[in-house]
Amino acid sequence: MMKLNQSRIPILEALNEFKKMRVVPFDVPGHKRGKGNKELTDFLGERCMSVDVNSMKPLDNLCHPISVIKEAEELAADAFGARYAFFMVNGTTSAVQSMVLAACKEGDKIILPRNVHRSVINALILCGAIPVYVNPEINHQLGISLGMTLSGVAQAIRSNPDAKAVLINNPTYYGICSNIKAITELAHQHGMLVLADEAHGTHLYFGEDLPLSGMAAGVNMASVSMHKSGGSLTQSSFLLVGEGVNPGHVRQIINLTQTTSGSYLLLSSLDISRKNLAVNGKAIFTKVNQMAQYARDEINQIGDYYAYSRELINGDTIYDFDVTKLSVNTLDLGLAGIEVYNILRDEYDIQVEFGDIGNILAYISVGDCQRNLERLVSALAEIRRRYKKQDKSGMLQFEYINPEVVVAPREAFYADKEALELKRATGRICSEFVMCYPPGIPILAPGERITEEILESIAYVKEKGCSVTGPEDMDIEYLNVLKGV
Amino acid sequence: MELWYTEKHTDSVKFSIQVDRQLYSGQSEFQRIDVFDSKEFGRFLTLDGYMMLTEKDEFIYHEMMVHVPMAVHPAVKRVLIIGGGDGGAIRELVRYPTVEHIDLVEIDELVVEVCKKHLPQTACCFNDPRVHLHFEDGLRYIRHCEDEYDLIIVDSTDPFGPGEGLFTKEFYGNCYKALKADGIMVNQHESAFYADDAIAMQRAHKRIVQSFLISKVYQAHIPTYPSGHWLFGFASKKYHPTADLNGVKWNALGLKTRYYNTRLHAGCFALPNYVEEMLRDAE
Repeated sequence: MMKLNQSRIPILEALNEFKKMRVVPFDVPGHKRGKGNKELTDFLGERCMSVDVNSMKPLDNLCHPISVIKEAEELAADAFGARYAFFMVNGTTSAVQSMVLAACKEGDKIILPRNVHRSVINALILCGAIPVYVNPEINHQLGISLGMTLSGVAQAIRSNPDAKAVLINNPTYYGICSNIKAITELAHQHGMLVLADEAHGTHLYFGEDLPLSGMAAGVNMASVSMHKSGGSLTQSSFLLVGEGVNPGHVRQIINLTQTTSGSYLLLSSLDISRKNLAVNGKAIFTKVNQMAQYARDEINQIGDYYAYSRELINGDTIYDFDVTKLSVNTLDLGLAGIEVYNILRDEYDIQVEFGDIGNILAYISVGDCQRNLERLVSALAEIRRRYKKQDKSGMLQFEYINPEVVVAPREAFYADKEALELKRATGRICSEFVMCYPPGIPILAPGERITEEILESIAYVKEKGCSVTGPEDMDIEYLNVLKGV
Repeated sequence: MELWYTEKHTDSVKFSIQVDRQLYSGQSEFQRIDVFDSKEFGRFLTLDGYMMLTEKDEFIYHEMMVHVPMAVHPAVKRVLIIGGGDGGAIRELVRYPTVEHIDLVEIDELVVEVCKKHLPQTACCFNDPRVHLHFEDGLRYIRHCEDEYDLIIVDSTDPFGPGEGLFTKEFYGNCYKALKADGIMVNQHESAFYADDAIAMQRAHKRIVQSFLISKVYQAHIPTYPSGHWLFGFASKKYHPTADLNGVKWNALGLKTRYYNTRLHAGCFALPNYVEEMLRDAE
């Protein structure tokens, strides 16, 4: 239950107050409320430029908040049911990294599902921690990886009793939730911290009939992408802290990498969006749920598409499902998700969040309207009419590839390496990432063995037109591998 | 006292009509609806402030939307009108005894109600037994139709607002699917004169060309629309708009029209060079 007056917006109030003062700027930024950069001001608008200002007494300081930012952080903590909330301006990536860095040091083990975002493994490169992967089971019909089983986590804990933390996706990009409460209790019994990557879970804190949020499940830290379902500006995010972690230590970790010139555009957008969700969140996400359900029903009527939902729930690997996610499987059409994604954009001017081997994800939010849903559904119907393939051979079955971690990510990242043609890289240890972006989940991460199966998978996603990223070689013809290993 | 209605045709061009009085103003779920009386143009309807029709010049638009395809297709029985809540297209269509069934799909029920009350000149024939009203999104309605109509008339507003979905490739593709093997689609096609309208016109043309084998554009002179020079699209699976015109048959029907005639039919597909060039660029 929220205890504070959530209609307050301290950062916005301070910025409005500040504008009235008409302070003469002899500080940065050098555009001086936009006057020094006419082209930019014409593009973004004077109101926007006039609040692109620096930290100062009446506006507080993100690195060491004592007034309005502190107040705004307390309101955010209250709204999310957290003990402490940090305003993050370097993306949820920085929230995830700070969370991992606060929990693990060099050589510490961390238990995590393989379908983590690259920012998690990047954090391991930064801090030198060792990943212990839990196989997220696969749904073969849909070709997506799911959540961690409770028994899988228990097994990983038994084999690695010295692990420091467990990381959980809540939910995954596709809306799949693990049993976060039971996993959290289990980890706590063994003295481990629990970190929730809630990049796709802001709404869980405010909507009704949605999966359990991290803080409600008792996790120790959670990274919440306010800019996704929460409505704030791109790159703004919250890091929530619960029990068992010292917020002062987390602040120090954040300040290792976060900018000292935190953008007030981003900060105010977080503050305003927090207020909006705290006050109107229930109604907003009821509407989002209805829109997603409408689209799901209509898409399932077209035929050959499968927009899935709660019927997948199985009590373990799909412990719960986030119904605001409109994930649609396209395989019965004889088309890869990425192909449908590309046709939607190139021919119908419709941009969906991502397409992978078997699915597309359409992001439904407070900003959507019924008319646009009709466009999406109609375009999907047209794509079926025009492109459906009777011959479904050549569609790759998505398989979970159990990564063989040979070397710690940090060690592999900094090791001596050489570039090899893909086909000659079998059996070697990779020193870089390979992933499709989005969703940004690694096929290969630094320190892992390159296998025939992995190379096949890379070739397939390239052929289907996925944007493959990570390696130094932008064309992904070569991979960097460890020298002499 | 002087009361004026003004529509901005571009950021720096205004079009004004002196208003005698305002008869109606209301906000539906989709748009603001206003009806005015004026000395020069009679009664007129605006949606979100944009001119939809006036009593004085609506005949041009509605005759050109309906009689052009009706004089080409030899046997129109089933017709779908998307939009057209003012009833003008229906008024022209019900004059053909061979038409058996007309579905009108209008997203905004309030538009029909307001027009019934204030614009009897166009909203005169909703009670014809062949007319069936459906108040829903046109894109949604047509998704479920296949091989059903001889003629589809897309009588939409501009592509900024509730009408946006009716200028999309998915919509035209669904129209193609909803038409029979010799079906025709005509649509409100914006104008080529002012830059913003011209972009909408080119985008619409590009998408129709992608869906239909035969896709031509014709023109009319409509004084109250931006620039006064307005375009229509004629898309078809089989019939050519001028080669397949059966003027003798249409004239034998003895329909009295004020703008349309079969000589004008042949001429209205001849477009100014700059318009032809824009269409070529879009293709």
